Amino acid sequence: MTTTITASAERAAHRETGLQQQRARAAFWFLAPMLLMLFFVAAWPLFRSIMYSFTDATSDTIFNGQSEWVGFENYLTWRVRDNGEIRWRGVLADADWWNAVWNTVRFSFISVALETVLGLLVALVLNSEFRGRGLVRAAILIPWAIPTIVSARMWGWMLNDQFGIINSMLLSVGLIDAPIAWTARPDTAMIAVLIVDVWKTTPFMALLMLAGLQMIPRDMYESARIDGIHPLKVFFRVTLPLLRPALMVAVIFRLLDALRIFDLIYVLTPRSEGTVTMSVLSYLNLQQFGDYGEGSAQSTLLFAIIAIFVALYIWLGRVDLSGERS
Amino acid sequence: MAGSSIFWNVMFYVGVVLIVLIAVFPFYYALLSSFETGTQLFIPNFLPQSFDTANYTSVLSGRAFGRSILNSVFVASVTVVAALFLAVTASYALARVRFRGRGLLLMTILGVSMFPQIAVLSGLFELINWLGLYNTPWSLILSYTIFTLPFTVWVLTTFMRDLPVEIEEAAIVDGATPWIIISRVFLPLLWPALVTTGLLAFIGAWNEFLFALTFTVDETRRTVPVAIALLSGASAQEIPWGPIMAASVIVTVPLIVLVLIFQRKIVAGLTAGGVKG
Repeated sequence: MTTTITASAERAAHRETGLQQQRARAAFWFLAPMLLMLFFVAAWPLFRSIMYSFTDATSDTIFNGQSEWVGFENYLTWRVRDNGEIRWRGVLADADWWNAVWNTVRFSFISVALETVLGLLVALVLNSEFRGRGLVRAAILIPWAIPTIVSARMWGWMLNDQFGIINSMLLSVGLIDAPIAWTARPDTAMIAVLIVDVWKTTPFMALLMLAGLQMIPRDMYESARIDGIHPLKVFFRVTLPLLRPALMVAVIFRLLDALRIFDLIYVLTPRSEGTVTMSVLSYLNLQQFGDYGEGSAQSTLLFAIIAIFVALYIWLGRVDLSGERS
Repeated sequence: MAGSSIFWNVMFYVGVVLIVLIAVFPFYYALLSSFETGTQLFIPNFLPQSFDTANYTSVLSGRAFGRSILNSVFVASVTVVAALFLAVTASYALARVRFRGRGLLLMTILGVSMFPQIAVLSGLFELINWLGLYNTPWSLILSYTIFTLPFTVWVLTTFMRDLPVEIEEAAIVDGATPWIIISRVFLPLLWPALVTTGLLAFIGAWNEFLFALTFTVDETRRTVPVAIALLSGASAQEIPWGPIMAASVIVTVPLIVLVLIFQRKIVAGLTAGGVKG
């Protein structure tokens, strides 16, 4: 009797592993086309771009293989002049590059900080019951739905120095004395970019946080209310800690997106020293000046910065991005 | 006590009105400006003053902009169909089959969707030139896969993970192969998710700018964002704001309508792609 039970259990286990193997094999073939595609459009081009950063390729030599391997010359190189003075050259010794790094970092941190705070406020509003809530949610989806290029153009018109409605509003309230050339002046160009980005992206943040808020059980607020705890205290002691995982993921997604910003700046404030970011500078080198070596070196550095940043964030924050643990 | 509660109620509604106003005003103002011509356009106003469709006829009569819309529709549609096709089977494997390195693979796929487009630009340029796709819509369809594919795989994986395991077990007991499970059991259940994911990927492809700017040169090959960004007047100083606003409204209205219709689905898709509960 016992033997038959063990035998059938063994058979079942056998069938189980056979099934597991069949499924694993199927999984491989299901994944293969996608992985192959990603290899061709992502891994290989990335590898080639990094390779270009070690050559002197220009728009004339990029396709005919006549570019030369120059090692780290695009990144950093030095030459001793006759008078003994050392001249540093390459991206890492380039003031324009460091200006772009500073602009990118400044833009990313300020925009994400503003979007997080404002997004949380909007999410808290949308999480409470009131008439017309659906309408508000629909309204905040509009900035998100408008293409970045279009919003850059719309705001470019509104921020126009002579005919813009923003200047006209500020003048009529008396906040400014003379019209401001928002997108042209180096000191206000970044403000203009921040305004547009915050306007466009806060809805996304708000929706992500709203999803997080809606997972907090309602009775928690109910009992806090009955106990007469101040709403602000509830917010900092209950809401915020419970929202932390959703908040962390939303912030990292936004930061990564902000670090690579290109289109808004390229269209809203072209050629402005005050807003050129790493992506924009690299693009100008590649396309406008045809300097594939230096442009690729800059794009590779941006990639490295983002990769290091992601690794640090995952490691420090122990963020479960893949959802495997849940 | 009652007084302060009324005060906070008023403040709350002031906030609500402010949110709606700020969200909607730029589009409203673009709409307003798009119907204004001549000197009327250059006087800031909050209410409609004129209704002149000259900007629209000027944008649409230029052959190139109509072509751009067609290009964008074609590129975005093919990109989405291709991505969904590859993603459905892949996300089944990622969501339903346990294998070593699955977590790592998921992180890699997420990583691809995160990395800066500029980092692959010169390599992709080389690849596209080598394949002879430069200045064709296929260059964009190929390059857009880099962000639509990881995104669709990621979102469909989260959706598929939530499907009840019993359905699959019942199918396995009946002797269904993995392919049958996907095509006959999961696909019918996944339709809502496919619509959401496809729509979001479509919007992403529709809005893409950097690759479209780099890989197309002719005016008739441009997509809508590039056409709008490069719309210029007779001289460099003279920016044709009226036609630009008209073009902006033309490409934005369908998107806004789509988004409002699929509101709930989009929010679900965004949160599945961004945060996981």
